Amino acid sequence: MAETKELQAKDKVEVSTPAEQTKPGPVFTPNVDIFETDKEIIMLAEIPGVKAADLSIDLRDDILTLTGEVKPLNRPEEQDILIEYQFGRYYRQFTLAEVIDQSKIDAELNNGILRLTLPKAEKAMPRQIAVKAG
Amino acid sequence: MIIKRMFGYPNYGWRSAFDNLEQMRREMDRQFGQSAGQAYWPTHAGVFPLVNVTEDQDNFYIRSEIPGMESEEINISATGRNLTISGERKIASEGENVRYHRRERDEGKFSRAIALPSDIQVGQIEADYIDGILSIKIPKAEAAKPKQIAVR
Repeated sequence: MAETKELQAKDKVEVSTPAEQTKPGPVFTPNVDIFETDKEIIMLAEIPGVKAADLSIDLRDDILTLTGEVKPLNRPEEQDILIEYQFGRYYRQFTLAEVIDQSKIDAELNNGILRLTLPKAEKAMPRQIAVKAG
Repeated sequence: MIIKRMFGYPNYGWRSAFDNLEQMRREMDRQFGQSAGQAYWPTHAGVFPLVNVTEDQDNFYIRSEIPGMESEEINISATGRNLTISGERKIASEGENVRYHRRERDEGKFSRAIALPSDIQVGQIEADYIDGILSIKIPKAEAAKPKQIAVR
């Protein structure tokens, strides 16, 4: 295997949302990996600081929307010395080309990574239709 | 203060005039939809992971977003007034039969040294890793803590 590369520091990417935000504060685009197998589409999204309860995954009309709320860890009495990143909400939308079986979507959140499994619908599979004699 | 009111931004504890300026710059970048400031005023040291350092009377706090690791894989060491965070993030293989649409996440090694403004109690540093955020609490050395002086 090739020598491991070093991780590069990257600024979080701020998103320009389609609608204006009602709450103040920045909104970021999470980094994602998306890949598919024959049966499912899997998405891994980096959303550090988001608790499972504050995460919303919405799929409607083939548009998948991820929204994650982040609560500040700083206590009010703390004073900033060095601020290199900001925290804020996460927001990202995807248009899905495949038909997804909505009832079997599975989401798992672990150490700041969301793993979202979207099973493809079985409608493309050939089906045998039994003809009953009347 | 006018800046805060202008942008209606929640006050997360910005105190000095410099911080207000920096905050305004970020706010401007956001309003104009570009990071115009980056070219001449970098906001970070360019070393992974990016950290936020804060302090109160007794402690320093370092927080950093390093999603996708296990707590055992993060090494923290401290000497004098320096602290080093290092480790390696690995992204597990998903098998042979997958077709990637996007790959935005990175894997690799990292090592970040942070010099704190005063001496610290090296033996009493606490760190936890929750939801992909590393939080380190570093007690200040007794000599570095502010003292109340009674005026007679």
